[in-house]
Amino acid sequence: MRSSLHQYRLEKVRKLFGRNQVALDGIDLTVRRGEKVALIGPSGAGKTTLFRLLNCTLRPTSGKVWMNGEDVEGLHGQKLRQVRRLIGTVYQQHNLVPRLKVIHNVLSGQLGRWSTLRSLVSLIKPAELKLAHQALSQVGIAEKMFERTDELSGGQQQRVAIARVLIQDPEVILADEPVSSVDPTLASTIVRLLIDISENTRKTLVVSLHSVDLALAYFPRVIGIKSGTAAFDLSPDKITEPMLEDLYAGNFRDTAMIEGTSERVDPVPYPTLS
Amino acid sequence: MNESTQSLIRPSPKSLFPYLFIALFILAFVDSWRRAGIEPLVLFERQGREHLWKFITGMFPPDLSWNFLSLMVRPALETIQISLWGTLIAVLIGFPLGLLGTQTLVIRGILNEAELQGAPVRRSLRYGLYFLARGVLSLFRSIPEFVWAFMFVRAVGLGPFPGVLAIGVAYGGMLGKVYSEIFEGVNYRPLEALQSLGANKLQIFFYGWFPQALPNFVSYTLYRWECAVRASAILGLVGAGGLGQQIEISMRMFNFNEVLTILIMLFFMVATVDYLSAKVRALL
Repeated sequence: MRSSLHQYRLEKVRKLFGRNQVALDGIDLTVRRGEKVALIGPSGAGKTTLFRLLNCTLRPTSGKVWMNGEDVEGLHGQKLRQVRRLIGTVYQQHNLVPRLKVIHNVLSGQLGRWSTLRSLVSLIKPAELKLAHQALSQVGIAEKMFERTDELSGGQQQRVAIARVLIQDPEVILADEPVSSVDPTLASTIVRLLIDISENTRKTLVVSLHSVDLALAYFPRVIGIKSGTAAFDLSPDKITEPMLEDLYAGNFRDTAMIEGTSERVDPVPYPTLS
Repeated sequence: MNESTQSLIRPSPKSLFPYLFIALFILAFVDSWRRAGIEPLVLFERQGREHLWKFITGMFPPDLSWNFLSLMVRPALETIQISLWGTLIAVLIGFPLGLLGTQTLVIRGILNEAELQGAPVRRSLRYGLYFLARGVLSLFRSIPEFVWAFMFVRAVGLGPFPGVLAIGVAYGGMLGKVYSEIFEGVNYRPLEALQSLGANKLQIFFYGWFPQALPNFVSYTLYRWECAVRASAILGLVGAGGLGQQIEISMRMFNFNEVLTILIMLFFMVATVDYLSAKVRALL
């Protein structure tokens, strides 16, 4: 494989669910290594689907996706898992396993490296305690290591999810609405945390944010997504108020995050294939 | 199917279907009355009355003599032991087949989408596995454990072992089906996250699937164990050991007071198992 400066390259990517529900409608996108990108746009614009394409959970209906210069279309089985290992994802709903202890959720970041047997043994006697402790200290909740995950607050669970990504140590961090279910102060703390991780370890960072203010304040590149296409792709100083109004036209726009801690359900549930 | 149910809920004046359905429903019962040979009055005829009376009075008082009770200890223990091993074998059969029979694990949904799109060979292999597992499971459970026991008695001879096998196979079929339903019911989001960081299917299963399914998994398995205690008593009737064999012997000798003793023992055994499983469930 030729090495590539591009972390991601997407060409005319379309994704349809069923026969006529268009989630993505021809996206072209290039993300360089180490770049920090924020995605904004109304609910249902296709951001979650885009993330699922970027972390190889879904495949495009048409168009091409390259990761590190490699066409992901032909990847299956072991090779597909190897590529996925390089991509860490943080989700809005944390997507942790509620009944497991924090330590196991954190260590599951290692699953791409561990053998099946080793992962099973670790469920009984946790391996690499030091590593887990280090990751949890970095996100500031080391003392929660042996608690059951569902006993933690929403913000704490999101930190566990970030610790899992730290353990995974991927090339790319994707974060799909990572802060829309935590309060505003915590939200900017978590965004800062993600940016620090990205800068300290030169990881590519793609984050979708409900809050336009956070996106404009922290990211050098902001992409507006609307109706499955990129409406604009600019540095924040070039983004004008009319552009934002147009992006959210007819949609609820969350500027101040007044809801705070209210849990928001993912607007794009995964459609079943039946 | 969907339309017909809807018309049942809101019958339109033009549709004859609901009336037809109700007529068929009633007809089914009327006809079955005749063909099932239901004659309630026979129960109260002189002969029926006398037999019933003889059976019931014969049961009292139950035989609680030390002599008989000490004879029953072994068969009672045997019943429990049959149920234990029968259930264990059922889990060993039901668990892997239930896994392969879980649609969201094998053939569809977000955990298979990237894996199976554009991979026709892989896809047909997965579908083959899925239908094979489903087929074996329904075969195992559609044959009653009584019939299985009958066959295994022929195969391995009289005694508790055919009972163990019968429960293992028949209950394996039931457990497998229910396991797959439990597995399909778990929240897929944590699983999606594990997949996206590079975990394989087994790792996803043990880190995401199983922990979420554990309470239901354990409580259903324990419930089946309770059923197995009862079943292993019945299986004795075809010569598969345990208390059932004793019931059969006592019945044949018209010692109904012994039958009652055994039924009381069975009641306490099932109650104990129920109590134990409630304790375990409370721990989860």
